[in-house]
Amino acid sequence: MADTVAIEVRRYRPEEKSEPYWQRYEVPFREEWMILDALNYIKDNLDGSLSYRWACRMGVCGSCGMMVGGEPILTCASYLADHLPGPIRIEPLRGFPVVRDLVNNLDDFMDKLTAVKPWIVREEEKPLSEGEYLQTPEELDAYKQYSMCINCMLCYAACPIYELEPAFIGPAAIALAQRYNFDSRDQGADERMDHLSRDEGIWACTFVGECSVVCPKDVDPAGAIQRYKVKAMTQWYKSMLLPWGEPKR
Amino acid sequence: MNPEYRLHHPKWYRRKVPIFWWLSKWSYMKFILRELTSLAVVYAAVLLLLQVVAVSRGEEAYANFLAFLERPGVLAANILIILGLLFHAVTWFNLAPQALVLRLLGRRIPDRVVLLAHYLGWLTVSALIFGGLARL
Repeated sequence: MADTVAIEVRRYRPEEKSEPYWQRYEVPFREEWMILDALNYIKDNLDGSLSYRWACRMGVCGSCGMMVGGEPILTCASYLADHLPGPIRIEPLRGFPVVRDLVNNLDDFMDKLTAVKPWIVREEEKPLSEGEYLQTPEELDAYKQYSMCINCMLCYAACPIYELEPAFIGPAAIALAQRYNFDSRDQGADERMDHLSRDEGIWACTFVGECSVVCPKDVDPAGAIQRYKVKAMTQWYKSMLLPWGEPKR
Repeated sequence: MNPEYRLHHPKWYRRKVPIFWWLSKWSYMKFILRELTSLAVVYAAVLLLLQVVAVSRGEEAYANFLAFLERPGVLAANILIILGLLFHAVTWFNLAPQALVLRLLGRRIPDRVVLLAHYLGWLTVSALIFGGLARL
């Protein structure tokens, strides 16, 4: 097995050059290293000017997502050995503007996330003295899958629609809206539907399905969006066909 | 130093999406093919309507229509169209379990069962149509 492996990083240094370029590094090959370890080796030993984001090193914080060999992955959760023989090409996540090297600007996602109200919406809060909102294991099961999202944005990088139509609200934000819609304690489904049942909401999705393939937490955002479409459609039919319309929940 | 750069004014980079972005990955290509083959569905529906029109115009018109369908060029095109239709139907059915999350006795019905139900439905409808035609 080779002693070293070549890493090619897509660098963008706006103060030096207006276009990104590839830079090649040779790093030692260690079987137990993740892609992120190789980047840390470069930063510590070869080139301190390389910029990228990371924090937890264990697939929880969702900050180290990058394109490796054209696929969006968490670099802390993918072995260097799985990308041999190299050169291993590392690029910033697709679909988001690049600030520098491997660092994206994520404001767009943050704004879209806030807009879907990813918190428990109540028409009226019950007083503290009445205790907590109880939930059965089945009720927890109804939304648990969607609550596993770590906002790593790999799904946005995999979605060709988001890159072509940046107004699209996108997979993770819609999956997180569903996380609260399916929560038995929540009463905000109608407000979220008003926001999401628009052209740049659920209807922009053409069900390419790659968001669910790349999701490191098996959230299945594509499924969440299609379930939203089914719901919106049945609501529309009911409001058109039933004399009393669709009852609000 | 890049002359376009001003200190403390971020200059973000956004790549231009290539026109043939969908050639970069089989899953993207499959998606584009799935969308394009919906035209085969339209074609098949129009063909059926034309056939009905031909029948309503009498025996001679229908014979002419059948003669048109038997031309080698038309035959070859229709074989391609059928392949497109099959691709569209199969890829579409394969997506169904993701959209249909159904629960029975507190448990989610497995994807395979939803998929099987779709194919069984397809088979049943086809059998009914062919059975009906055979009796005529």
